[in-house]
Amino acid sequence: MAVSPTRVARRRIANGFFTAACIAVTVLALAALAAILWSLVSQGLAGMNLAVFTRSTPAPGSSGGLANAIVGSIMLGLVAMAIAVTIGILAGTWLAEYAGMSRYGSAVRFLNDVLLSAPSILVGLFVYEILVAPFRGFSGFAGAVALSLLAAPVITRTTEDVLKLQATALREAGVALGTPPWRVIGRILWRSGASGIITGALLAFARISGETAPLLFTALNNQFFSLDMRGPMANLPVVIYQFALSAYDDWRRLAWAGALIIAASVLGVTIVARVLSTEQKHS
Amino acid sequence: MLKTILAACAGVAAAVACSTAVAATISGAGATFPAPVYAKWAETYTAQSGLLLNYQAIGSGGGIKQIEAKTVDFGASDKPLKPDVLAANGLMQFPTVVGGVVPVVNLPGIAPGGIRLTGAVLADIYRGVRTFWDDPAIKVLNPGARLPHERITVVHRSDGSGTSFLFTSYLALKAPHWAKEVGANDAVSWPAGVGGKGNDGVAAMVKQTPGAIGYVEYAYAKQNHMTYALMQNHAGGWVAPTAENFAAAAAGAKWGAAPGFYLLLLDQPGAKSWPITGATFILMHLKQTNAANAHAVLAFFDWAYKNGAPAAVQLDYVPLPDPVKALVRKSWLKIVGPNGQPVYR
Amino acid sequence: MTAALAAHFPRRRSRPRGARLEPLFEGVCFTAATALLASLGGVVVSLIVGGWPALSRFGFGFLTTSTWDPVKEVYGAAGPIAGTVITSALALIIALPIAGGVAFFLVELCPAFLRRTIGTAVELLAGIPSIVYGMWGLFVFAPFFSQHVELPVMAAAPPGSLMESLTQGIPNGSGLLAASIILAIMILPFMAATLRELLMTVPPQVRESAYGLGATMGEVVMKVTLPYVRRGAIGAVMLGLGRALGETMAVTFIIGNSHAFPKGLFDSGSTIASTIANEFTEATSPLHTASLIALGLVLFAITFTVLALARLMLRNQARL
Repeated sequence: MAVSPTRVARRRIANGFFTAACIAVTVLALAALAAILWSLVSQGLAGMNLAVFTRSTPAPGSSGGLANAIVGSIMLGLVAMAIAVTIGILAGTWLAEYAGMSRYGSAVRFLNDVLLSAPSILVGLFVYEILVAPFRGFSGFAGAVALSLLAAPVITRTTEDVLKLQATALREAGVALGTPPWRVIGRILWRSGASGIITGALLAFARISGETAPLLFTALNNQFFSLDMRGPMANLPVVIYQFALSAYDDWRRLAWAGALIIAASVLGVTIVARVLSTEQKHS
Repeated sequence: MLKTILAACAGVAAAVACSTAVAATISGAGATFPAPVYAKWAETYTAQSGLLLNYQAIGSGGGIKQIEAKTVDFGASDKPLKPDVLAANGLMQFPTVVGGVVPVVNLPGIAPGGIRLTGAVLADIYRGVRTFWDDPAIKVLNPGARLPHERITVVHRSDGSGTSFLFTSYLALKAPHWAKEVGANDAVSWPAGVGGKGNDGVAAMVKQTPGAIGYVEYAYAKQNHMTYALMQNHAGGWVAPTAENFAAAAAGAKWGAAPGFYLLLLDQPGAKSWPITGATFILMHLKQTNAANAHAVLAFFDWAYKNGAPAAVQLDYVPLPDPVKALVRKSWLKIVGPNGQPVYR
Repeated sequence: MTAALAAHFPRRRSRPRGARLEPLFEGVCFTAATALLASLGGVVVSLIVGGWPALSRFGFGFLTTSTWDPVKEVYGAAGPIAGTVITSALALIIALPIAGGVAFFLVELCPAFLRRTIGTAVELLAGIPSIVYGMWGLFVFAPFFSQHVELPVMAAAPPGSLMESLTQGIPNGSGLLAASIILAIMILPFMAATLRELLMTVPPQVRESAYGLGATMGEVVMKVTLPYVRRGAIGAVMLGLGRALGETMAVTFIIGNSHAFPKGLFDSGSTIASTIANEFTEATSPLHTASLIALGLVLFAITFTVLALARLMLRNQARL
């Protein structure tokens, strides 16, 4: 280049590159998403019909559906999220508001991050040791506990991050009105951070919704319809795992349909939560 | 909002905790290979008897561990336990159905059954000693075939599996080198090649890689229309992997002389016997604390022996020969309840 | 910002309404945090107990040798350890700029009507079961990767060059690099969604004043908003890294599953998590099971080290 560009022009060019790069990687990410979604939707829809929602998992060659696994997964997911959301929000709140710089606080914070990356099969193994082997039987409860151990650290982490990002002014305003900390947290901080905390909960739900490994040794799976959380419980991930790699076409179709159902339900929950949180902001 | 969620969560947890049992279920877990046929039998049997028998494929190793830990009413394994191991754990085992392992290849221009292999050559390929398809040792077996000068890509199972156990046991039986350097197990230290997850993963990798060789259960080779190899059996004949030839191997075996039914159906005598054949097994405790459950399990398999053959055949399994079934029924008398009486006659 | 909220209160003087419940609330929160700590402690203790037979038998050699032979009962974890570190690092290197780009795009550039759609689409990616990624990787991505990346690159690499040794392996679309790319796709939505959420929490005044001073969008993002959410951003990266380290199902399908020490990026490898998932359900001998559990312990140690390093880096940055 003959003439060196001015400072402004250089900054403008740099910004142009930055903008172009952002757009390019977004397009790339969306392309990958589209490719995977295409596989999932095209193969999932091929296996979808009313029987999928009304009948239990069949043997190869028989007709059937995924009703037992869908109901089982909903029960496992609800119980697991109930435990994880309770523990996660409370623990994240403690870390953000009460732990301060204390050594115990840093330890919990640090070990929570370690727990985030615990391979799910090892968490399943741990729950097997404490809830399955001693009671001589697989159970839905054990499965829910294993899932909640995977979800809780995600919620803890996001809750802490979100609360720490709340402006100090919010807290000071609460304090100035003579409100005790717990009410400031409950009425002001949780509320203003709701969107972020919900994102954390959704990520946690997304993480556990497709997990096979921790369920294999805890909830096991059940060929039949069962609402008994004390016994082996049917669930979508294990059914998908067993069916997707089988030699029989009718099982494979059900596996893809099941995968589509999981993805769609994560999407559905995401949308509902978003709508709820925006509605609240407006009110 | 969040408090509403918290409250709702607590409510759900309480409601679910209160839900109660509906029907008693018999549970079993273990080997992946027979899971489809057990599911089929259970489905039909439930319709007839009302008993819910829930079998879950968690792997043979899992099946053995679970029956030892008594978390299930019966375990299942593709790998029979040796009589001394059975005795040490107070267990007994019996075979249910038979299946075969099939070497499959991806060679353009070669039709299914268009290539012949022996156990020794197969072992050399899997050891990484024979690296090209036009290797003299392979050419000698296939005088008519046009073998390309293509590098052999070896594909094996990455996950521990009964299929690998049967396959490596066969190679160890036929090739001393293999027995010494690698050995036989459900997972081994593979000298060469890439690992695919499950039968399906192996089948996909073979299909996608020209020059690849792999091994899969019969049902996968058949359903995927893969190019299988003919194998030389004990009698010296070249046989194809068919249900008929698996049955021949099972019929020729001396079950009566095998304590605890510890028997691999490898390289069995008989003109039609497929050399890489194996049965899959059920594991149960000899001393039962819950006689009713044990009775239900045995009643189920008794029913399956009588009525389950058509379903098994339809799913590409081979039913046991009748004399073997009689032997198994006799062995059930050794399973006793708390009162010392056999739980099922 | 990190100062404890409780510090704002004079402890004794006035007693506002509901103040008596304060210790109770703090106690409940503290119990929840302790429960988390206890469960992690439980996991680690059960791993140490379960893996001890292998560790005591092989000692330090468990980490440095790469023979993994279930027949001869000799177990060395160097191969899976290398595979874990390489795939996770590569996945992070690939995913981080993309996740950042997506988040910046959504917050700063995207037209409002598209923002929600794309944001939801990215989050949807997080909801797809990992076995789907594995099967997509094996059936769709691997043939493409083999044809359009591995074969041309291997053909183009000059013999004897670093490039050639880096790209050793069987070009069938499976291997370390392919697994890293699949992992990157999997952790991308986690990181992008959290980053976006963090960037949205930056008070508008902060961004607006930066723009008001004439900063370009790139400058606002890199010099103002990103540093503002730095701590949370590292948290987001850790979330992604955590999933990459512990991911089993998708990796197993496409990494080639060889326990040997990997020779190149296209070579088969294995990760700790994939080895455990592959062999745990079938392992029958006590030493095999113990070795797999010991592998899990090693994974914890790796995570521990990575997090400790991240902490250290943050602390140094804070001093500047």
